[in-house]
Amino acid sequence: MTLHNQNTAAAELELALTTEHFQKAVVDHHDAEAIERASTSAWKDVWYRLSRNWTAMTGLCILTALIVMAIIGPWLTPYDFSKNDLMSTSLAPSEKHWFGTDDLGRDMFARTWMGARISLIVGFAAAFINLIIGVIYGGIMGYVGGRIGDIMNKISEIIYSIPDLLVAILLVVVFEPSLLTIILAFCLTGWINMSWIVRGQIIQLKNQEYVLASRSLGASGMRILFRHLLPNTLGPIIVMLTMAVPAAIFGEAVLSFLGLGVQLPAASWGTMINDGTKVMLLYPWRMLFPAIMISLTMLAFNMFGDGLRDALDPKLKK
Amino acid sequence: MLRYMLNKFVFFFLAMFVLSSITFILMKAIPGDPFISEKAVPPDVKARLLAQYGLDKPLFIQYTTYLTNLLSGDLGISMKLANRAVVDFIRDSFPLSLRLGIAAIFTSVIIGVTLGMTAAFRHRKLMDSTAMIIAVLGVSVPSFVMAAVLQWLFAVRIPMFNVVGLVQAKDYVLPTLALSAMPIAYIARLTRSNMLEVLHSDYIKTARAKGLNSWTIMRRHVLRNGILPVVTFLGPLTANVITGSFIIEQIFGIGGLGKIYVQSIGNRDYSLIMGITIFYGLILMTARLLTDIAYGFIDPRIKLGKRKEGSA
Repeated sequence: MTLHNQNTAAAELELALTTEHFQKAVVDHHDAEAIERASTSAWKDVWYRLSRNWTAMTGLCILTALIVMAIIGPWLTPYDFSKNDLMSTSLAPSEKHWFGTDDLGRDMFARTWMGARISLIVGFAAAFINLIIGVIYGGIMGYVGGRIGDIMNKISEIIYSIPDLLVAILLVVVFEPSLLTIILAFCLTGWINMSWIVRGQIIQLKNQEYVLASRSLGASGMRILFRHLLPNTLGPIIVMLTMAVPAAIFGEAVLSFLGLGVQLPAASWGTMINDGTKVMLLYPWRMLFPAIMISLTMLAFNMFGDGLRDALDPKLKK
Repeated sequence: MLRYMLNKFVFFFLAMFVLSSITFILMKAIPGDPFISEKAVPPDVKARLLAQYGLDKPLFIQYTTYLTNLLSGDLGISMKLANRAVVDFIRDSFPLSLRLGIAAIFTSVIIGVTLGMTAAFRHRKLMDSTAMIIAVLGVSVPSFVMAAVLQWLFAVRIPMFNVVGLVQAKDYVLPTLALSAMPIAYIARLTRSNMLEVLHSDYIKTARAKGLNSWTIMRRHVLRNGILPVVTFLGPLTANVITGSFIIEQIFGIGGLGKIYVQSIGNRDYSLIMGITIFYGLILMTARLLTDIAYGFIDPRIKLGKRKEGSA
């Protein structure tokens, strides 16, 4: 193919096109500014990425199921969780007693879900109190900074180095086990991690331009802290929460195992497992069901928390 | 570096002081006195008992005596078990717990790091997902459930090991596994994510571009930076093993310090509980102190005396 040939081909093509083939384009510069897709908020974006993550969604489903069962479970069976029935002690799972019965003939299905209530209440309540204390303390520590922030940080470091479970055990021993003392025992040291995360985030954020803009518009310190800084630290706080809840549930189980759990006739998963291990070889179901439930809860929180951390991490955004 | 270490030492003593003060305050917060359970003690006998234990003195004097006793290694005496010194209980039972604890710590670190590194080097392959499934399961199953299942499976169903006791070497296998299941999972996840981060970092590319062979890169760059966070986990690991031992020793019938502690809680033997608590606190805080110092030696950023703001 020579250069000459190409030129003639182009010339023929040119001849075939007339002005009728062309249309004047109307250029509207506003169109270039228009946004084609609906805008998404940061939280919608997180939810979108989270919902694509099947492990996280499985975790969320298991959690929802457990919470629903904790609420309605005890009513699904005609048996009361605390009623002894000495004619039917230590029965294997059957049509009548779905999870079997314990040594006093109490229905294990009802007890398992009553235990779920206690365990979940301890977990969520402890995490919630830790959240409040941690956010306030960490917020002040990070926002005020300087000498006061330093001293507050040192204080939190000292409290952190005291072994948490030992203090929890001591407290519950001295003030007698009850739901309240158990929850409070986990709040003594539990808030520290939260406060450090909040502090770190706020130190990073407080010198950003939008904070300066807000300040120059005359916003008060409290307003800046609660309207601008804290909402932007929400991501790490939520991830921290998904770890704090199972930690408290686990801690409660350990306390129960040491005989420092909620007192009879109430039962948590920990106390039921503790009773169950003693007769594990004879009546395995007495340990099996609460053990499965507590493991499922841990698993679900782990799966959901991992997914949430990935979804909230802008570095992993594709 | 010296300043950093000094700082950590000061914290160690402050924290120890706070812990002992908390125990003292709690001991005093218990209603009544230690002899309230005795059957109708005549007032003069009771007064003499109180005087003998120094409980008639003002609180402040009691507090300073308590602290000086602690400094000289005197943790008090058991109130329920024939006036035996707390230190004697510890001396008798701690070696057993210590051996088990050390076995568990080594097992956790070795298996955890191996699992995590395998997963990182086989990223997004079968080995990776298998290791991570093991890790998630390990984090989810509480140690007492793990212990019970192991006992049932490998001592009752398949009688490979003894159900209880800690006499022969093979008796260590099940309790150690039960104790280290959760730390293994944590360490594996930690190692994996760190190794992945390091392997994809720019300085590894630079090292490769310089033409270093992969073994040198591995030894000098990847391992050092990838293992660092595992060192920070040694403190929490010790805590994990100690709290785990309360339960594991109970289930496997091992007469270690964990079992004594649980018994003392059951008996409400307050002075024994407090004494062992202080002892555990001492171990935990020493572990944390050593971790911090080791971290200072490994992390080059601390040697330079600079600390990242907000990472404290």
